[in-house]
Amino acid sequence: MSYVAIADQVSELHDPQSFITKYVWSQDHKVIAIQYGTTAVLVGLVALVLSGLMRLQLGFPDTFDFIDPNSYLQFVTMHGMIMVIYLLTALLLGGFGNYLIPLMVGARDMVFPFLNMLSYWSYLLSVIILMASFFVPGGPTGAGWTLYPPQAILPGTPGADWGIILMLVSLGVFIVAFTMGGLNYVTTVLQARARGMTLMRMPLSIWGIFVATILGLLAFPALLVSAVMMMFDKVLATSFFMPALVSLGEHSETVGGSPVLFQHLFWFFGHPEVYIVALPAFGMVSDVLSVHARKNIFGYRMMVWAIVAIGGLSFVVWAHHMYVSGMNPTFGFFFATTTLIIAVPTAIKVYNWVLTLWRGNIHMTIPMIFAIGFIFTFTHGGLTGLFLGNVVIDLPLSDTYFVVAHFHMVMGVSPILVLFAAIYHWFPLASGRMFNERLGQLHFWFTFLGTYAVYLPMHYLGFLGVPRRYFAMGNTDFIPESAQTLNSGITVAALIVGLAQIFFIVNIIISIRGGRKCDKNPWNAASLEWLTPDMPPHHGNWGKTLPEVHRWAYDYSVPGAKDDFIPQTTPESEVVKENT
Amino acid sequence: MNIIGTLSQKPWLDNSPGEIIDETFGNGLRPKQIALNFFLGAVTVMFSLFIVTFVARSQYPDFQALAGDVWQPFYDPMRLWVNTGLLFIGGIAIQASSYFAKKEKTKYAVIALAFALVFTLQFLVAQMMLWQHLHNLGYYVASNPANSYFYILTAIHGMHLVGGLLVLMNALLSFYRKNSFIQFSNSVRLCTRYWHYFFVVWLVLFALMTSSTETFETLAALCGY
Repeated sequence: MSYVAIADQVSELHDPQSFITKYVWSQDHKVIAIQYGTTAVLVGLVALVLSGLMRLQLGFPDTFDFIDPNSYLQFVTMHGMIMVIYLLTALLLGGFGNYLIPLMVGARDMVFPFLNMLSYWSYLLSVIILMASFFVPGGPTGAGWTLYPPQAILPGTPGADWGIILMLVSLGVFIVAFTMGGLNYVTTVLQARARGMTLMRMPLSIWGIFVATILGLLAFPALLVSAVMMMFDKVLATSFFMPALVSLGEHSETVGGSPVLFQHLFWFFGHPEVYIVALPAFGMVSDVLSVHARKNIFGYRMMVWAIVAIGGLSFVVWAHHMYVSGMNPTFGFFFATTTLIIAVPTAIKVYNWVLTLWRGNIHMTIPMIFAIGFIFTFTHGGLTGLFLGNVVIDLPLSDTYFVVAHFHMVMGVSPILVLFAAIYHWFPLASGRMFNERLGQLHFWFTFLGTYAVYLPMHYLGFLGVPRRYFAMGNTDFIPESAQTLNSGITVAALIVGLAQIFFIVNIIISIRGGRKCDKNPWNAASLEWLTPDMPPHHGNWGKTLPEVHRWAYDYSVPGAKDDFIPQTTPESEVVKENT
Repeated sequence: MNIIGTLSQKPWLDNSPGEIIDETFGNGLRPKQIALNFFLGAVTVMFSLFIVTFVARSQYPDFQALAGDVWQPFYDPMRLWVNTGLLFIGGIAIQASSYFAKKEKTKYAVIALAFALVFTLQFLVAQMMLWQHLHNLGYYVASNPANSYFYILTAIHGMHLVGGLLVLMNALLSFYRKNSFIQFSNSVRLCTRYWHYFFVVWLVLFALMTSSTETFETLAALCGY
């Protein structure tokens, strides 16, 4: 049979005819990516505002009447859930996954475009359901982003009626949306690559997104299972997770349920979720570093192996989140060991990023400084993770701000810095214009230094024993007055970082409208997405013929070659030599 | 695909034009099979986790299995066997449909598919009757964790079959509308895999539902409880 690329089959071409099909009910992966990205950023801004409100309360207690203990807990919960699921997961996989996969592997679109469109609209529905919980009686749930029972569904917890139900429904819809998208991503990577694009020639961005998607497909069911069972406990009064207890002076009708069972389920999803966010970020930062250092990524094979190894190991470390949960103490040894083992491939990646920079021709562009910033923040967050992975260190620190500082450095700041690096890096491709360099510089330095001003002192607060999740510290003897001063300083820094994101938003808006039009492939990158006939790429990406790939994506500064990069589509015979 | 071999390649040394990725998907079936496999993988995780929590939950003192003693509803699992038989015949019918579709015997394929639809629908109705039976006996959803798991697992299993039925009906309808035999044949082949998978899931659920307290204790002991 003659070879017909999947995206070239007539039935797969779905040329949009009207404004509605082009920009609203679009099946084009690039439009869907931007829809995903825009929605994720907007809902992320809500979460950013919530964090600002939390910080106002912590920095200046007894000052703001509109923040009470209930609303504080609701802010904490919604901030966490939105940031982890509805911003990071959606933006990294729904946004960048959608945009980059077909372009980087040389396909015209995703393999199942209709399913892809359905994925976005289901995601939007899940966001709307979640946002609706702000407007129902009792407000959104304040159970903490981990939604631990029994308190999540008991009276006394804010949002224990409608809030928690909407949260669980929203998560269910999100998981359906993710599954539809995820099936598309893995199948497109496996089946729709251009001729010559072997798996080991794929850029690391695609490897990261690919493995993260598989993790998502295998981990999100755990969240679904826990959400369904908790919904039964809430609505039908079953006792999967609900033990016999006294609530508001009354004995509950439930007996025998196990809250720890929920925690196991939640973290069986929750820890792979860390890598669902981290692996695409690892991949994208590798590509940004390589392009802007004009050097091939150091240890490509090892980087791929590390991604795969981290993906596998991420399923056997979950209970390190539960050292203080009352689970069998002997588990601690196992999970501490696996946690330390997962640090090995992760450290390999960090070394390889640094070694990619070593003797590179480093261009300190905006994407590059964000990527280098990521190496710092990720190393810091990773090192504190090694502390907390050990049971004896985790026990005293678990409920303190040390943990808040750790996971924000490793899972908040680090992927967000990569997201910014990636947005600045691929902005010219998506828009055909360059962004404003000065605004980008301001954005980076305020964000990078600002986040350090927020999270470094937070580690110290944790060592002091300042407990997390508390609305106010009250008159606690073991917390010195200076801790409050530090808290005020952190709040000021956090507000500055929050406001500094205006530089980013303004930059994007003015650059889309009036940014300098850029040449094709402004970074002189070798990977396929920059080699489309049009920039931004048109519907179908590749014009009449699909590209043919002759090399990996990292041929930078190749000895003997005249240019400092060789595009993936250039055959060996067409490489211009230095002496010609 | 040789995973180790693939991961051992050294892409920086190889600048050849490269091979074609996959020649087998001329009719668009292969990507769908891959997507279906991943989907069934996700579903397997979901059912496995339900089952693991079921076994864990069975070790708490309030748990009462649905079988084992004479007064328990699945002491005599005849109803379950009848339902199993219906789903089994549905599976045979869809397998036959797939066989005829491969041989391009359209008429037989459609007839067999109709049988599959009818028997699967009957299975679903029989499952609902089983719910009603248990409800009438006083086995409510919240009165015991074993009941809760029974209702939740059969509901989720049934919902997946309903989804499969919708896909099959869509395949039939679009076959009559567009007359695309390849598309019809592909759908049937994919659904066949889906049906067999959910038959196996049902057998596992059947075994769990009819397990006695002692069996749960043994299972839990094997899991380290």
